Amino acid sequence: MVDTYAITVPEESRARRKQRRRQRGTVRRSVGPTAMLWVLALLMLFPLLWFLLSSFKPGGELFSYPLSFFPETWTVDGYATAIERVDFGRYLLNTTIVATVTTVLTVFFCASTGYALAKYRNPWLSVLGLCILSMTMLPGEVILNPLFIVIRDLGLYNSLAGVIVPSIITPTGVFMFRQFFVTIPDELIHAARIDGASEVGIFFRIMVPLARPIMLTLGIVSFQWRWNDYLFPLIILGDPDKFTLQIALRALVGAENIDWPVLLGASVLSMIPLVALYLVFQRYITSSNINAGLKD
Amino acid sequence: MTITRDKVTPAEPAGVTPRTPWRRKRAFGRYRLAPFLFTVVTAVLFALFFLLPAVLGLSYSMTDYRGWGDAEFIGFANYVALFQDSSFFSALGRTFVYALFSVPVGYCLALGMAVALQSAWSRGKTAARIIFFLPWLVSPIVAGVIWRWMFGESFGFVNFVIAAFGGDSVPWSSNADLSLLVVIMASAWGSAAFNMLLFVAALNNVPQSYYEAASLDGANGWQKFRSITLPSIAPTSLLVILLSTLGQMKEFAMIQALNGGGPGTQNRLIVQYIYETGFARSEIGYASAASMVLLLILLVIAFIQLRIGRRSGSTW
Repeated sequence: MVDTYAITVPEESRARRKQRRRQRGTVRRSVGPTAMLWVLALLMLFPLLWFLLSSFKPGGELFSYPLSFFPETWTVDGYATAIERVDFGRYLLNTTIVATVTTVLTVFFCASTGYALAKYRNPWLSVLGLCILSMTMLPGEVILNPLFIVIRDLGLYNSLAGVIVPSIITPTGVFMFRQFFVTIPDELIHAARIDGASEVGIFFRIMVPLARPIMLTLGIVSFQWRWNDYLFPLIILGDPDKFTLQIALRALVGAENIDWPVLLGASVLSMIPLVALYLVFQRYITSSNINAGLKD
Repeated sequence: MTITRDKVTPAEPAGVTPRTPWRRKRAFGRYRLAPFLFTVVTAVLFALFFLLPAVLGLSYSMTDYRGWGDAEFIGFANYVALFQDSSFFSALGRTFVYALFSVPVGYCLALGMAVALQSAWSRGKTAARIIFFLPWLVSPIVAGVIWRWMFGESFGFVNFVIAAFGGDSVPWSSNADLSLLVVIMASAWGSAAFNMLLFVAALNNVPQSYYEAASLDGANGWQKFRSITLPSIAPTSLLVILLSTLGQMKEFAMIQALNGGGPGTQNRLIVQYIYETGFARSEIGYASAASMVLLLILLVIAFIQLRIGRRSGSTW
């Protein structure tokens, strides 16, 4: 079959036709999926884009029909007023402190706990493992009131520490590290022990460097959780001086007459740090095999 | 000689080898001290901010505690009152309606995004992946603001487009059902990125040979999707559905910013009900009882999740 075909059709033209057919096939085949991909992408992007472009419109243009997609006059008045009137700097500082400190502590304690759960075995650890598993089933929303009482009685009410300390341990983080350390061969630990390394030394000098990608992933995810957290800071922080960005934004939306230019500007500003972080580290989130339950 | 050696050698591995890691660790103190050091802070934090509140919550639910003074034990009176409280049931019912609609919408959106990203033939995947992930960065509060801005009754983009095509402006915020519809769309938009990641991981594990075999048999794209893709990712699908159900039952922040549970209190969901009872009205005992009911519902959902997870053989 092939031989007869080769004889009747000259070699060169056959190859060319094949190539052309392949090209046409590629184009035809990729139209559908590409269209679907980009329709979805535009759907996801549109609300953000509309919001972002609106934030550059002057107050009068925001509500004047017909609406235009792009601002007719670009302005940063909304941003300027937001920074000036809403005490944006303070909220930004509070949020940065809460998110950064919590993230560092979360990564450290989740790593050490995950390591212990993966590489040691004793009754204490079995009980602790079960306890942490139970956390996945008992969300913070359910123990909101008693948690508030505990924090108040500890004297942490209305302080940033009251927001930071209770949210350090996340079951997701512990299990991420546990699963990672389970894949590290025990021989590595045995070899280090033979060389005279202490248990704590093994963890800090061998395991922590190995777990760097997981630490980055959990670090980014945890930073996002804490940056965007609303309910928990809301019950702990009562003094406007201590507010985080999310609570301050909620106060703007909850007002009797919403000041939209300020709200738009403040909202966009509140997203900038996270977006910058994401653009730098995006491959650690989108390409990692994040396990189920990574939702806080 | 030989006899004794033969007798000794089988006895030794049988008695010791299977338990060596255990025994050896017990013999040395440092193998117990080190894991204790690694976990002691976690254990303290767990006990203080998780176990203690959980126990307190259960006991408060049987008292009339109001946040100060003495709590008086009143048995199950809170629960009895709760089951006669129509505002509790309306919040719970609204939460179920919300979860019932937002979970399938979010599921389809996330799966569609994952399939489009995984298709070998689509172009511009890197850019699309970044775009798909952007809503994950947006906090629930800002997401609520964004959708409120889009669906404003007299100033929103959507009503403007509807008016431009000659339609009447739609009461997105004064009609309770339409308002919930906006919340559903916003939640699907906000949670899609994360579920998409789970789907992408699952789609990567479907053997390519299945699709090749199906192509040889002349199956079209839709048939391949229905008969190969969907069954292959069934465990992930169940996981996504159950995780989002748990998440949607706890919705609070986004709806706060989007419509504040309005119009009126018609879209008040269960967490908002607990928050308002416990903090605004300071009826901690009563709110704790409501929390326990929510916990029971979540536990039932989590129980189903664990059973399905165990059947499909995943670790957690």
